[in-house]
Parts: sequence; structure tokens; C-alpha cells
Amino acid sequence: MGRIVLEKVVKRFGEAEVIPPLDLTIEDGEFTVFVGPSGCGKSTLLRLIAGLEDTTDGRIVIDGKDATGLPPAKRGLAMVFQSYALYPHMSVRKNIAFPMKMAGMDQAEQDRRIAKAAGALNLTDYLDRKPGQLSGGQRQRVAIGRAIVREPSAFLFDEPLSNLDAALRVGMRMEISELHKKLATTMVYVTHDQVEAMTMADKIVVLRAGHVEQVGSPLELYRTPRNTFVASFIGSPKMNLIEGPEAAKHDAHTIGIRPEHIDVSSESGLWSGVVGVAEHLGSDTFFHIHETGLAETITVRADGEVSLTHGDKIYLTPRPDVIHRFSADGLRMKDELAVA
Amino acid sequence: MARAVTTQRKAINTALAWAIGLLIFFPILWTILTSFKTEATAIADPPVFFFFDWTLENYGVVMERSNYGKFLWNSIAIAGGSTLLGVIIAVPAAWSMAFVPGRRTKDILLWMLSTKMLPAVGVLYPIYLLFIKLGILDSKIGLIIVLMLINLPIIVWMLYTYFREIPGEILEAARMDGAGLKEEIIHVLTPMALPGIASTVLLNLILAWNEAFWTLNLTAAEAAPLTAFIASYSSPEGLFFAKLSAASTMAIAPILILGWFSQKQLVRGLTFGAVK
Repeated sequence: MGRIVLEKVVKRFGEAEVIPPLDLTIEDGEFTVFVGPSGCGKSTLLRLIAGLEDTTDGRIVIDGKDATGLPPAKRGLAMVFQSYALYPHMSVRKNIAFPMKMAGMDQAEQDRRIAKAAGALNLTDYLDRKPGQLSGGQRQRVAIGRAIVREPSAFLFDEPLSNLDAALRVGMRMEISELHKKLATTMVYVTHDQVEAMTMADKIVVLRAGHVEQVGSPLELYRTPRNTFVASFIGSPKMNLIEGPEAAKHDAHTIGIRPEHIDVSSESGLWSGVVGVAEHLGSDTFFHIHETGLAETITVRADGEVSLTHGDKIYLTPRPDVIHRFSADGLRMKDELAVA
Repeated sequence: MARAVTTQRKAINTALAWAIGLLIFFPILWTILTSFKTEATAIADPPVFFFFDWTLENYGVVMERSNYGKFLWNSIAIAGGSTLLGVIIAVPAAWSMAFVPGRRTKDILLWMLSTKMLPAVGVLYPIYLLFIKLGILDSKIGLIIVLMLINLPIIVWMLYTYFREIPGEILEAARMDGAGLKEEIIHVLTPMALPGIASTVLLNLILAWNEAFWTLNLTAAEAAPLTAFIASYSSPEGLFFAKLSAASTMAIAPILILGWFSQKQLVRGLTFGAVK
């Protein structure tokens, strides 16, 4: 069980209001990702749930019980930190055993759980080593092991992969996702990386300056971003935002078109421009196009290998059914107002 | 790129370092040498260095005249007791200043140091009267309290500096793992700060061992430590340099030996965090 409800939660540091009154429900068993640019309050929000920061106002309810004033240890949550935060003077075994020791669990049960966690996380051969003798990925596994042996009602992850190199990050991302499938325990995960958010989440919470900009499944956010901020934050590369006469044609202040929703041609199309940078990845080709008269740069993704390169003339045609329309205040306009 | 150091430059540096080292060590060396001389050789002019008749006579006299064992025990009790008590008080103090600093933490740290700026003699009179009233004049417990109070600011400052090096996330992890404040300090903070705590303890043992103002003024016979033992050879019957040196050598020997064997720890602790 791990349903977490935030009711009008406020956090102020002195005069600065980091989290304005915020309501949020995280359902039991859900993998929820807090995503947003740095300084958006996502880590603070996680620390409020953990109990590492005191709320200035509002209530935090975990499993139906008011946990607002409870110390971290009493909330039944486990946390994995960005820096892993392992105890450097203890062996891997003792690191994993620490929460159970604090809970006064008997030794036989401790040993059983350590063996199980170590087996699941490929740590069996490293149990007697110190954290300093492990690689980054192994340390991260120890931190996860320390979290799972407590069988918490929810896991909190604070940017756990940002200290790992790119290849390892993809691997660990899969491992955490698989862990979630296996344990079916609530997980709350903080990241600034929208790819992590998209690939792992059941539900994404997009934050900006402490405000929830949008809550929804990855594809909901991708298909119907509520405003230009979410539109440009979710999806990679970023959505193209175009203002001016081209937007007016659609009865909007701004229109947004994702790079993958624009067709490319070297002969004809609705818009034209000049290729600035062409990134040839083999599977895809990304073009950064200038001199379109629409925006400074238009980014386009083409399938497979396209032989256009720097300085070439390029023609673009947006797919009309996936044009997003936004009003002057940046909010999404209802689709039934229809396309001109 | 490593700095190129010529052989000649290296030799000069080595010689210079040895010269400075010897200069600093010389008073101790001279005291030890003198303790093996006769009183006549001790005041010989010009002074003699190594080529004299080495004698253990001074040590014999000192052992016969004074109860070295009692002074030694008093020194151990006072230095050890005040350091231990100080550390027990300073660990939680430094913990709160390092990990939950308030708006006034920096001021408190400075204010604590300010007590060290006061000349000790300025508070001798009130403390002396207090000691009489409390009946702890010439008692080990009295000296333990006074020396603890005198060294407490240094202990807190040192521990504070070491604790600051410990990442706060590790303590937060301990809190998430169910550790209360006591468990956090005992199982996580203290073991991690052990090199720092060890060098703090060593430095304060040395300071308390050699402290002479309070130990001389607040003790007579019962609680007198080795500083009083040395002092007893300095005045009334005129100066007997050889015996004074023998007494001094005996007084500093234990702490010198302790310092020698723990120098690695001491250096590591004092540079803790400076080099990573």
C-alpha cells in the first residue's frame, strides 16, 4: 500500500515561496515522475514527502494517515539519493542491513532479505566490499538494495541516474522499471531528464516554479500539452513554436509542431528553408533549418538517411492533424475550434 | 605538468627543512641532554653537547624526592578526563552547528572563541573563590571541569570543521533508514568523522597535559599533575638545571611518545578535507 496525497502543501524558505499551495494524488502502485527544469521545486517536493523538509502549510497523507508532522523514519518510505549516500565505513552487507538493524529485525530475517536483495541486484559477490571499492552502477544498486529490504510502502528516487554515464543510465533505467513491475510498489521519481520521464512513468507531473503545469500519462502530455511550457519540455527534440501570420492562419497566437510531424522534401513543400546543421544518426536525421521566415530555427526529424546537408535548400510540409494551437497566454486552445 | 626540481634545489630544500626542524626541536633535545649531566656540567660555560659523563643520578634524585607516579596519574586523569568530557559535549554541539545551522551559528562560533581571547588570569580570582565555595580546590574533578571549559571552544571548532566535510545526504539517508538522532550520531556520523575526532582528542590531550596556569594555581598536593612536578624543581633552593631537566623530561615523555606514535593520525586529521 502506498497512496500519497498532498493537500494544499506549501513550502517557504524564509521569504521565498518554493512550493505554492499544491494538491497532488499519487495512487498506490503508480510510477510517478516529477519532471521540470532545475529549480522548479521537484526535489523539494520529494523531500517534503520524505519528511526531510517540514511543510510550511498543508497536509501530507500517506496510506490514509496524516504524516505531515512525522519524522522520515516513521513514514514507511525509502529513498534513493542522487549521490547514493551509502555509508562509506560499512560493507555492502552492513549498508543494506542498516535500516533493518534500526528496525530491530531479527538476524535470520535480515540475512534472508539481504541474500534475496543481493541476488536480485547482482551484488552477491560484493557483499563484503566497502562502497569505495564499487563502480557507480554497483553503488546505485546497493542504494536500491538498502531501500527494498525495508519493504517500504513507497520508494522515492531523487535523480538517481544523473551521476552515471550514458550507457549505464539506460541500463539502470530498465532495471528500475523492471523492479517496479516486479514489486508493484508506489515509486516517486524526480528527474530533469524528460526521456527518463517518458520511458519510465505511469504518470508524469510537470513542474515549473513550484506549480504543477500538467499531470498525465507520458502520451497524454505528448499528444495534448496544456501549454507551451509542457509542449516544449516534453518530447525530444523540442517542439517548434511558431508565432505570427502562420499561426494566425490557424486562429492561434502560437502554433506548435513536433519535429517528427513535418515532412521533408528537396523539391517542394509548404515552407522552405536552408539546412543549418544536419545530424545524421543513421536511424534518423535531424535538420536544424534557418531562413524559413517562421522562427529562428525549425527542427525536423526525418526517417532514416536523408542526404541533404549544410547549406542545402529544403522544403517542409507540416502534417495538419498534429498542429497544436496556443493562445496568447500560452494555453492550449480547444481542438474543436478547428483548423482553418 | 610537474614542477621541475633540480637536484641542487632539492638538496638545499632538504637541508633547510632539517635546519628548521632541528631549531624547533632543539629546546627539547637540550632539556633531555641536560637531564643526563651533572649539575656542574649543566651550567658549564661554554656549554657541552654530547661529550660529557652521562649520568642517571638526576633521575635517581628526582624519583627519590617526588612521587612521580602520583603526578603522572593526576596528569593522565586530568588531561584524559577533560578531553573525554569535552568531546562528549562537543560532538552534539558541533553536529547541530554543522548540520542544522541557524542564523546565529556563525556568531556563536565566534563568541565561543572570544572566551579564548580573555587572559586566563582575568578570571583566576572568581574561579578560585568558586572553587573554594564548591570545595573542589586541589581536586581532580575541579581541574577536569576547568580544563574542559578552556579547551571546549577548540574542540567544538575542530569537530565542526570535520563534520562539515560529511555530506548531509548520508545523514538524511540514515534518517530515512529509521535512525533517530542518537543512532545517527553513533552509527553514522562518529565513525565517518573518526579521523577528525581522533586528531581533536590527541591535540586536546597535549594541550591539557601541558596546561600550566590553572593546574599550578588551583592545585597544591592532592591533584597536582606533572606541570606542578616540574615547577617544584624550579624555585626555592635556587636553580638545579640538571634535576629540573630530568623532571621535565619525565613529564613530557609520555605525551611525546603518544604524539610520536600517533603523528600519522594527527597529520591526517589536521589536513582532513584539505586534500582529497
